[in-house]
Amino acid sequence: MELLLLLGLPLAGAAVFGLLGARREAPEINVVFSLGTFLAACALTVRVIREGSLLLWHEQFFIDPFNLFLVTLTAFVALTTSLFSRPYMRIESVHGRVTPGRLRLYHSMYQLFSFTMLLALTTNNMGLLWVAMEGATLSTVLLVTLYRTPGSLEAGWKYFILCGVGIAQALFGTILLYFAAEKVLGAQGVTALLWTHLDAVKSTLEPSVLALAFVFLLVGYGTKVGLAPLHNWLPDAHAEGPTPISAVLSGLLLNVALYAVVRCKILVEGSLHSTLPSRMLMGFGLLSLVLATLFLWRQRDIKRLFAYSSIEHMGIATFAFGMGGPVANFAALLHMTVHSLTKSAIFFTVGHAAQKAGSQLMDDIRGLITLSPTVGWGLMMGSLAILGMPPFGVFASEFLILTTAMREQPWATPILLAALGIAFAAIFGRVQPMVFGETRLRRLPHAPALLPVFTHLAIVLLLGLYIPPYLADWYRAAARLIGGP
Amino acid sequence: MPQIALDQQLLDACAAVMLLLSFAMLSQRRIVSLVNLYAVQGGALATATLLVAWRTGEGHLYLSAALTIALKVIFLPWLLHRLIRRLEVYWDTEPLLNVSGTMLAGLLIVVFAFGLAQPITQLASTATRSAIGIAVSVVLLAFLMMITRRKAMSQVVGFLSMENGLFFAAMSATYGMPMVVELGVALDVLVAMLVLGVFFFQIREQFDSLDLHHLESLKERD
Amino acid sequence: MRPEDWLTQFIEIVAALAAAPIFLGWVSQCRAWLQNRRAPSLWLPYRNIRKLFHKEAVIAQNASRLFRLAPYVVFGTMVLAAAIIPSMGTRLPLVVSADAIALVGLFATARVFMALAAMDIGTAFGTLGARREMMVGFLAEPALLMVIFVASLLSASTALPAITEHLATQTLGLDPALAFTAVAFTLVLLAENARIPVDNPSTHLELTMIHEAMLLEYSARHLALMEWTTALKLFNYACIGFALFIPWGVATGHIGPLGLAVAIPTLAVKLALAGGGLALIETLCAKLRVMRAPEFLATAYLFAVLGLLVHVMLGARG
Repeated sequence: MELLLLLGLPLAGAAVFGLLGARREAPEINVVFSLGTFLAACALTVRVIREGSLLLWHEQFFIDPFNLFLVTLTAFVALTTSLFSRPYMRIESVHGRVTPGRLRLYHSMYQLFSFTMLLALTTNNMGLLWVAMEGATLSTVLLVTLYRTPGSLEAGWKYFILCGVGIAQALFGTILLYFAAEKVLGAQGVTALLWTHLDAVKSTLEPSVLALAFVFLLVGYGTKVGLAPLHNWLPDAHAEGPTPISAVLSGLLLNVALYAVVRCKILVEGSLHSTLPSRMLMGFGLLSLVLATLFLWRQRDIKRLFAYSSIEHMGIATFAFGMGGPVANFAALLHMTVHSLTKSAIFFTVGHAAQKAGSQLMDDIRGLITLSPTVGWGLMMGSLAILGMPPFGVFASEFLILTTAMREQPWATPILLAALGIAFAAIFGRVQPMVFGETRLRRLPHAPALLPVFTHLAIVLLLGLYIPPYLADWYRAAARLIGGP
Repeated sequence: MPQIALDQQLLDACAAVMLLLSFAMLSQRRIVSLVNLYAVQGGALATATLLVAWRTGEGHLYLSAALTIALKVIFLPWLLHRLIRRLEVYWDTEPLLNVSGTMLAGLLIVVFAFGLAQPITQLASTATRSAIGIAVSVVLLAFLMMITRRKAMSQVVGFLSMENGLFFAAMSATYGMPMVVELGVALDVLVAMLVLGVFFFQIREQFDSLDLHHLESLKERD
Repeated sequence: MRPEDWLTQFIEIVAALAAAPIFLGWVSQCRAWLQNRRAPSLWLPYRNIRKLFHKEAVIAQNASRLFRLAPYVVFGTMVLAAAIIPSMGTRLPLVVSADAIALVGLFATARVFMALAAMDIGTAFGTLGARREMMVGFLAEPALLMVIFVASLLSASTALPAITEHLATQTLGLDPALAFTAVAFTLVLLAENARIPVDNPSTHLELTMIHEAMLLEYSARHLALMEWTTALKLFNYACIGFALFIPWGVATGHIGPLGLAVAIPTLAVKLALAGGGLALIETLCAKLRVMRAPEFLATAYLFAVLGLLVHVMLGARG
């Protein structure tokens, strides 16, 4: 029931917006649908906490601690983003950047995007997971090109083609997985793609095929995570689309893609009995981290800056999942949570800042603290949080990852430390003048919707200081599930 | 030489035709012919699926063959032709990178694909397993086509051809994926094409052309 | 080898010499019909050759001995090639003495002499023709070798008679590898024999001609031999095609009178069909620019390699 609501509400929302067209109160309806979805997610959470892992609808859907926390996180960020997007998109349409027809598309696709992500998270079928991931790409392509500027069209095209090709690799990987599973689980193919069944027999799956499958799956879903060297689409799509979309792309889609990668890794590792998947994850993670920090220095557009920061943090999380083991997995899960909260908060403030300055170039954004103290402080705090300053939650997760790396993979520690240091210098050096610099702009009349920003930051702060015991249990259960060498 | 059954021979022929069509697409300059070649490739795929369905008696393969015909032989080519007419890129030809060079690269790719498919082929127990290598080649050749083309429309045909190859791989390795997945994939491809149709008009509106060199401004600047 | 075999071999060579001009005439006739022209006589090439033999030879002043020698060498190689190709039987003395690679070598020898002779006088056209001929040859030879290679893979031998016997005794089947190589071979045949998409045998347009440009300086008996060689080359290629792809009818054992009685009519039927097909291709195709010829031959090579790959891939059935 909860699951039906969880998946049905956003789908219904997409249909409603598609049929109703552009109403004046559409942003509010959007919030209502997102709120409903979030409540359904909460209800689901309560049920899972009470009853343990769930298998629903002919085993097609599966909820365990690992995806449950991502479901809740996704529904939550989707809700706060819809709150943020309400005034933001109003202002955009006042500025004439979007027409009512495009707003209708925007709201419809926003709900569809939520639906595909929740479907990807909850499904037990590796094939459906693929379908949902592809659906997530498709529903966001037209959102990225919402402004129809040359830049946004280019970004959309790149996004479509790169992710399309990437996801095609993942399909091939899925086919290989099915091929291996069919030998063990029988040819009728009803259960051979169900993750729970695969998990049960993973040690009997043919290792050579699974190794090949993992390469394709990692490349495929890794493209969507934004892992280097297939990260090119990510900064463009973030910079050229509307800011709420940048926030959900960064905060949610990357997480969901990483979730897919980790699900595959669990299976493959069980079959291979070797550290190949771990080493590949660590390698790609570190590569993304290093490349992203190097690119951070060259950015002039504020949204691109934070897009590269997302690649960096996804690299860290991937590296941590690669190390495996209860502590590193715990840290990686925590990192996914705090990153998605912090990054979406940052994009909210960046959106307001860019709207005020009328430009996304960092040189044009100055003196936010005098223009609007809340936006200025929000950006400052968000940046400090994402840079891993204590006492924010990112510090806790990064600290855990670093200490684990020192123990398990000492060779990687200097690389991690250097990358984090460079990223700190790059981002802080740019955010500081934006917040405290001189400005000649006048204060704008409308009040920014900063409730989501400070809610997010407060949660991140809380997670840095104190993780509630049930949440910690939850993470630990998920970490145990992911396992590792 | 051991006698090979007739349907096996026909299947081999379908596989060979698919590979041949991939090469033909790789060397085709005219966008209209490219779409036609894609339709023919869909036809070869559908024929192969029907043959396998008849041979194995797997009911869902008939359905998937019907889906292939409806979608890849009739609807998508029709949609693409319509787009070509509406966008007036009818006589669009594109200069290719040195054809012989591309072909040579294609041949190397086929050899690589064969190496890649070897372990799978050895493990497979389907009657069609010998076609796995060809399916992988079709996928990689489509990939090569996407890399070497500059027009948006050709890249899309490359993308679709890649999907053909994947479908063929699934069929020859495991007699197709579970029905729900196949339906989902078909739906995604359909939606992708519709989204692209919208997208093309947007690009066209903005640049008056579907040439992708307009879309090269977002680069890392110093 | 039995003495009768030598007799049969002799018959085969004579038949090839006699049939080659008729085959060329037949192709021209079909072409004329297809293009709604009045067809020239089937015997036209013969009359041409006879007429040329009766003329007095005129040779350029600065021609070297090579120039006079070349027609005989080229003609001789073609006759030898005709003897090697199993067009009627596979157990003939000369047929079994050389394999397919030697055959390609013979064609190459003929080409080299032709090109040298064309450059000997030092006229612009001769050099141009020779250069183009070498370019075509340089690209066609690998393709031809690839075709032969695929056929040898199928039968595990590079000897033409072995390939022919292998295919002739096999049950009729659809082999994509063989189909691809057959296409490749047809393309090579068109290029090597100066037929339409690459060259036009019935024109002396300076911008495009390849083969004719090399013969411009020849006259009388030399030209007659050269023309005969051209006809013989086309005939030889057609026979290679039959031996590789449609070998049915060729006598596979020791050939007797009965075998000959079967082999000769089948060969005639095959030639008639092939001539028609060739004329059809030539009517349907437009002449390519010379610079596109490499692309054409690259396609031929591609087909041959595809045939090889398909054979290896589909053969991995375990």
